[in-house]
Amino acid sequence: MAEIRIENLHKSFASFVAVRDSNFTVRNGDFFCLLGPSGCGKTTTLRMIAGLELPTSGRILLGDEDVTFKQASARDIAFVFQLFALYPHMNVRANISYPLRSQGMARDEVRRRVEEAAKTLRITHLLDRPVSGLSSGDRQRVALGRAIVREPLCFLMDEPLGALDAEFRELMCGELRALHDRLGATTVYVTHDQLEAMSMADTIAVMNQGLIEQLGSPREIYDRPASLFVADFIGSPPMNLLPFRGKVGHGDRHVRLNGVAVEVPEIHDNAGEGDLVLGVRPEHVQLTDDGAYRARVVESEYLGTTQIVTLAAADGNGLKARLPADTAVRAGDQVGLAFHAGKLSLFDAQSGRALRTRLHAEAARG
Amino acid sequence: MAEVRLQGVSKRFGATEAVSGLDLAVADGEFVVLLGPTGAGKTTTLRLVAGLERPDAGRVFIGARDVTDSTPAPRDVSFVFQQYSLYPHLSVFDNLAFPLRSPARRMPAAEVDARVREIAQLLHIEDKLDNRATQLSGGQMQRVAIGRALVRKPTVYLMDEPLSSLDAKLRAEMRIELKRIQRELGATILYVTHDQTEAMTMASRIGVLERGRLVQLGTPREIYEDPVNAYVATRLGSPSINLVPRSLFPGVAAPAATVTIGVRTEHVDIQRSETGPGRVQRVEHLGDQNHLHVSLADADVIVLTNPDDGLRAGERVTLTLTAPLFFGADGARLRH
Repeated sequence: MAEIRIENLHKSFASFVAVRDSNFTVRNGDFFCLLGPSGCGKTTTLRMIAGLELPTSGRILLGDEDVTFKQASARDIAFVFQLFALYPHMNVRANISYPLRSQGMARDEVRRRVEEAAKTLRITHLLDRPVSGLSSGDRQRVALGRAIVREPLCFLMDEPLGALDAEFRELMCGELRALHDRLGATTVYVTHDQLEAMSMADTIAVMNQGLIEQLGSPREIYDRPASLFVADFIGSPPMNLLPFRGKVGHGDRHVRLNGVAVEVPEIHDNAGEGDLVLGVRPEHVQLTDDGAYRARVVESEYLGTTQIVTLAAADGNGLKARLPADTAVRAGDQVGLAFHAGKLSLFDAQSGRALRTRLHAEAARG
Repeated sequence: MAEVRLQGVSKRFGATEAVSGLDLAVADGEFVVLLGPTGAGKTTTLRLVAGLERPDAGRVFIGARDVTDSTPAPRDVSFVFQQYSLYPHLSVFDNLAFPLRSPARRMPAAEVDARVREIAQLLHIEDKLDNRATQLSGGQMQRVAIGRALVRKPTVYLMDEPLSSLDAKLRAEMRIELKRIQRELGATILYVTHDQTEAMTMASRIGVLERGRLVQLGTPREIYEDPVNAYVATRLGSPSINLVPRSLFPGVAAPAATVTIGVRTEHVDIQRSETGPGRVQRVEHLGDQNHLHVSLADADVIVLTNPDDGLRAGERVTLTLTAPLFFGADGARLRH
């Protein structure tokens, strides 16, 4: 098992910069997600770690070894791709054992490792079956088996669940995380699906246009997004972003949101008169008759436990609230809104960065 | 718009019975969503209504008319497919106008123009009418594809996973749009998906299909709160309902034949207790909620908790069920 260190990693394709001076460390045993929209550089980063792309500049260390210019085959890693490429003419056992047999490993050892991998993945009963008749989930388990049987230093996974339908993805997310907990192997996992990242990762790096916008635990990224991009990318529905003009200073506990005073976590930052954005998660919006921030109910979407209510505020902002499913709301209702003061975020619209508040100070103190 | 009725409809492909003995009525102006996994018979049902397949048994009615033996055209339905197929060399306007300009309809040019503009406005693409179809984003293309179905005033709209090729954000927007358009037009829609969120948020009623059979038909709330069997219970809810052996909760008063207890993740009261039978294995921080994975005997129970309650992996807990559902050996729901 090993730590992966990325130092000033940079990759350009002609004039296009795919990855910009990236620096991060994947701790030994970490489940690390590179998360972002398509084209953000997450797959390129992963492919450089694997040795499938060479960086334009920078270094990659696997354990203590500099592997930047080593061939993929000389790096002790296993790569799991989105589309499970199995050998259709071989049975499950032959598919899983292939990487070992091609290394010339002794037969007894191959058998032992394959059976151990199959047990870990709970597919022992399928070992002598042809792969052609397997369900997509079982095929994915076989593909994983082929990766874990090598007992590599780390796993690299490129959207391995992307091709599965939603229900199955949820199940496989749980299995992948449980597998990680059993093996304890360092894993770098690429996805564009924030829910996958939130549910599996110890650490998430949110990427945008070749840059890491934020690196932290799922909870940090959700509760204290470092930028407007992260705030908008994480959460379903994402954070409500309400623009307003104003200025704030150290120690302020209120902002004026288009004429309405809103209590916020104590601000530990300064921003002169300019364009600001108040960030409110949908579950931190409540409906109250006497709320000064007025809105009209546009639509309510039932989700079982909760409902998502789409609102059009009097100041022209659109927002969404997550409310208990038994709260009665009707399209057209005029309502007042209240926000959960202790949970709000503030951003500078120009730079897109979050303003520091009491929440950051508390997190730093732990 | 018209009502659609299927009466004892069956359809077999070789050895597979894709649809068996299906009875379903979609009322005029209703939005019915057929929900089920791949192979449940959803798409075949749509194709049977459209006339793209002929049933082996049963009758299909649109309005008062028995259309079982009629070809697709006179049924006058509009079909939106999963993959948008636009004419790349035509403008958005001409793509939308295409179905109206069919020689069979002979609609005057002024009326075509008015109709296209009305639909474009409804779909918020009125400023894109002169663009070539290929200059649009994926979401805009799919809106044009839906628009091409909406320009006509057919008896019924049939939609086969029309949002599945869109990204999550756009899909969320389109769900609201489609529901709004349906309401404004008073359209009758039969819609097929495997996405439970689409079904729950848009449907007037959901029809749950399992291997060609309609297992339950009801409002989203009925299906979620009052499922007829364990299969239906697992269709809605994310994370899905916990199905655990009855023996795991000996203290719960259950009907005698109960084999499985269904526990929705939000219907568990969890308390820290040093002598508790459960152990927190892992805490998933999903932001607005935490999912606690609790091991209890040899089962794994997922419990929804408030992110601020501070329970950590390794702690011992007791679980109290607040609204358990009971299922028999065959999965059927049992009631007190």
